[in-house]
Amino acid sequence: MILIHCPYCDEKRPEIEFANAGQAHIARPFDPSGQSDADWEAYLFIRANPRGRHHERWRHVHGCGRFFNAVRDTVTDKFETTYKAGEPRR
Amino acid sequence: MSGFRLETGGRVDRSQPVQFSFDGKSYQGFAGDSLASALLANGVMLFGRSFKYHRPRGLVAAGSEEPNALISVHRGPGRFTPNLRATGVEIHDGLNATSQNRWPSLAMDFGAINDRLGMFFPAGFYNKTFMWPRSFWDRVYEPAIRKIAGLGDAPTAEDPDVYASTYAHCDLLIIGAGPAGIDAALGAMDTNKRIVLIDEQDELGGGALADPALWPWLERSVKALTEAPNVTILNRTTAFGYYHDNFIGAVQRLTDHLPDITDAPREKLWRIRAGEVVLAQGAIERPLVFDGNDTPGVMLSSAAKVYANRYGVAVGKALTLMASHDSGWHDVFALAKAGLGISAIIDVRESVDSALMLEAERLGITIHLHHGVVGVNGRHGVTSVDICNYGDQRVHRVETDALLMAGGWTPSVHLWSHSKGSLKWRDDLGAYVPDQPNENVHCVGGCSGDWDFGTGAVVDALPTPKDQSRIKAFVDFQNDVTAKDIKLAVREGFRSIEHIKRYTTNGMATDQGKTSNLNGLQIASSALNKPVPDIGLTSFRPPYTPQTFGALAGHAKGALFQPTRTTNIDSWAEEHSAIFELVAQWRRARYFPKSGEDMHAAVNRECVAVRSSVGIFDASTLGKIEVVGPDAAEFLNRMYTNPWKALEPGRCRYGLLLKEDGFITDDGVSARLAPDRFHLTTTTGGAARVLNMMEDYLQTEWPDLDVWLTSTTEQYAVIALQGPNARKVLEPLVEGIDLSAEAFPHMAIREGTICGLETRLFRVSFTGELGFEINVPTAFGRAVWEQLMAQGAQYDITPYGTEAMHVLRAEKGFIIVGQDTDGTVTPFDAGLDWAVGKKKPDFVGKRSMARPDIVAPGRKQLVGLLTDDPNVVLEEGAQIVADPNQPIPMTMIGHVTSSYWSETLGRSIAMALVAGGHDMTGGTLHIPMPGKTHTAKVSGVVFYDPEGARLHV
Repeated sequence: MILIHCPYCDEKRPEIEFANAGQAHIARPFDPSGQSDADWEAYLFIRANPRGRHHERWRHVHGCGRFFNAVRDTVTDKFETTYKAGEPRR
Repeated sequence: MSGFRLETGGRVDRSQPVQFSFDGKSYQGFAGDSLASALLANGVMLFGRSFKYHRPRGLVAAGSEEPNALISVHRGPGRFTPNLRATGVEIHDGLNATSQNRWPSLAMDFGAINDRLGMFFPAGFYNKTFMWPRSFWDRVYEPAIRKIAGLGDAPTAEDPDVYASTYAHCDLLIIGAGPAGIDAALGAMDTNKRIVLIDEQDELGGGALADPALWPWLERSVKALTEAPNVTILNRTTAFGYYHDNFIGAVQRLTDHLPDITDAPREKLWRIRAGEVVLAQGAIERPLVFDGNDTPGVMLSSAAKVYANRYGVAVGKALTLMASHDSGWHDVFALAKAGLGISAIIDVRESVDSALMLEAERLGITIHLHHGVVGVNGRHGVTSVDICNYGDQRVHRVETDALLMAGGWTPSVHLWSHSKGSLKWRDDLGAYVPDQPNENVHCVGGCSGDWDFGTGAVVDALPTPKDQSRIKAFVDFQNDVTAKDIKLAVREGFRSIEHIKRYTTNGMATDQGKTSNLNGLQIASSALNKPVPDIGLTSFRPPYTPQTFGALAGHAKGALFQPTRTTNIDSWAEEHSAIFELVAQWRRARYFPKSGEDMHAAVNRECVAVRSSVGIFDASTLGKIEVVGPDAAEFLNRMYTNPWKALEPGRCRYGLLLKEDGFITDDGVSARLAPDRFHLTTTTGGAARVLNMMEDYLQTEWPDLDVWLTSTTEQYAVIALQGPNARKVLEPLVEGIDLSAEAFPHMAIREGTICGLETRLFRVSFTGELGFEINVPTAFGRAVWEQLMAQGAQYDITPYGTEAMHVLRAEKGFIIVGQDTDGTVTPFDAGLDWAVGKKKPDFVGKRSMARPDIVAPGRKQLVGLLTDDPNVVLEEGAQIVADPNQPIPMTMIGHVTSSYWSETLGRSIAMALVAGGHDMTGGTLHIPMPGKTHTAKVSGVVFYDPEGARLHV
């Protein structure tokens, strides 16, 4: 069972305390109604599926409840780093 | 072969005899014996029948790699364990063990006919033979194959044992307490590290247990480790899996070795998180591959040494060694020293170390270099072996009653591989050894390829002048895979060992190929004429050895399998004969039958009571979220489809929640208590999902909003009081709230007291009748319920369950999210356009409702269905077609989502999702069901009181 560092609790905790929340750094458009169909499709559906470094959102759902960002290697399943929501992409 | 107990030697306690039975016959062994050693000492050599050919099989090994001697242990009702390795079962008084896969008896097995027919059972036999006719798969082939194949029987009775479970944390975890593991523990003992030392056997020592010269060292070491306060020793414990971040699963066997059954836990599952792991799993000796190598009496030479030196048991009177490796010679010398008779050493090599030759000659052992065994005589036990001189190809016979195999060593890299450590091939060992770690772990001793057993030649199958098609040289004893099967797989085009393995089933038995994988690789490598590393390596996966379901399940079984959530009123429902159903994890009363009533009658009565007088319903399971803060209204305005900012305190609103893709995900009535405070309700099953979704938007999209979300589902008991007499029942119990229609209209909330308790009183209705939902602190739910029951007695107040609730809401066309919607239904599809704020610039899901697919015609839309025969209740889930006479497969244009008998209306009603349904009102659709295709007219979804007159009273 993987250990995940929660940047808010600043502790490594077992993965059963966390829930994956999909790809990170996809901001909801400020004015969705002004989006073209193609732009809205890209926001809504199109996601990366990299082999290797992947930016993901996780939630410490059975801990502090906060959403945060992580860089995880999809090949080795190892977490490179985790950081708070709103911080720049690493 | 016929084994016997040596006069002296071994670690068994000869002063403590132990009585046990095997296949109904009684035997005596000594404390410290395994079932294998005790039976061997009694001259038993037949331990089981093989998987496919039902060939007689004896012991190959002395440890957990044993492929043949799988037995069942019976300890009374429900306490039956199949497929245990006899080598790992400690005997105790009264142990009752039986052999497997034989009928009528181990010595006389009817299934052995398969062995005579062996030429018809090559690799891939089942796939090739049982193809046609198709109809025979389920009824003939599979039952027949299941009957013939297999090993132990599955237990049939419930396991009465208790299994414990624990977590542990340590700085250093050492797996394997042979000399290398013990050395590692001794080396770290004087640090302040917390150390856990695990070993699968009853006694620490591993290979040292078979080496009397090491016993004084072993005794000192074990004493020192036992006394060290920072060392935890777990014996009889198998580390079965190595998971991410040094997380190791291990099962400790606590009571199976004890004669008496108590209520103490049988096994304990350890989940260990270690800072650093040292693997000292040792190495496993490889058998050699030759015709008849599975005859009882043919075993690993290292095993014979264990039986002699650890258990004081000779495996035969005149032993012969078939070696390709020096280690066998050393074993034979140790056996001679222990007093066993050695008749010959055969080695495939043309020359060996002169020191070995000298020692063998000194002991008077005949040596045959550059020879190999090409045949074994004796069916139930070795009587002699035929050996071939590889120089002149002449074959001659050697009399012997036990043939020992020394084919070299395979490092046990199982757990290393679980941890995703890489492996490298070593030609000199003919084996893979650990290379680069993936965790904080390293290997010591035999499992790292570091040993002092000498050297050897790496061979695949032993060369033989015999006709290859007529011999059975086994690679995988447990799955009955021969060298011929592997060569056949290569001839049929298989190139990767992963495919060869699956086609032949080599290494796929319960032992995961501990003795067979490397021989299989070598044979495939030779047949393909490619180096071993080029044909790949199969992966080891947990568990290292089979573990019980009981240990893995632990306490999580029966009532503790998952939590059942109950309301404060649940006990009242139980006392009043409610029939329950599970909704998510909640236990909810489905209906309250009176004596003699079936569900249909009870639900009809409950529905009529609500429509004609008053019903009472436990709605405590509804999800509740308290939304607080200056931006609470703005937040809800962005989340829900409808406008919230203008909602006055004291009023309620039906909220429809979409996902960003525009599809309905939840709904519920929510109330504004104050400008900065809302009381939300969600569906019973959706509470956690909705809170998660709201937190997601609040934390990551709109962190500037000053809002707090708190789950209050379990803070309130909720009682729905519904029906024309609801106000009359409520009035005498409520203080501080004017219940009149003018002061307290439909879709309003008031705070006051009921029965002296603070309440949030909603005037809402999921039934279409005058209704209230009474929120009180959870602990008082049942008390208030009972007061309402007493107060309502004069109106014949009727408790109703979820089933009547479903009928009542369907009569009014209220949807249930997840039943009438399925994650692809928009508000327009569901006919809920009225709940969408058209003027709002944005809310979650708004933009998606303008997506091309969503505005395209032909979407499935929610409609009502009235069957032409009012007595027919359609099946929920039934498919709908436009033309019942079209050819099959018909074009299905929708399905029934809700369908009930409405006692109030005296007919059936249904809701359905139908393509283009909103334009079909009045039209006829067809619903094929078993036996008959029914017809129904499309209607609106509101079947009862469409004006809502009954609400506003």
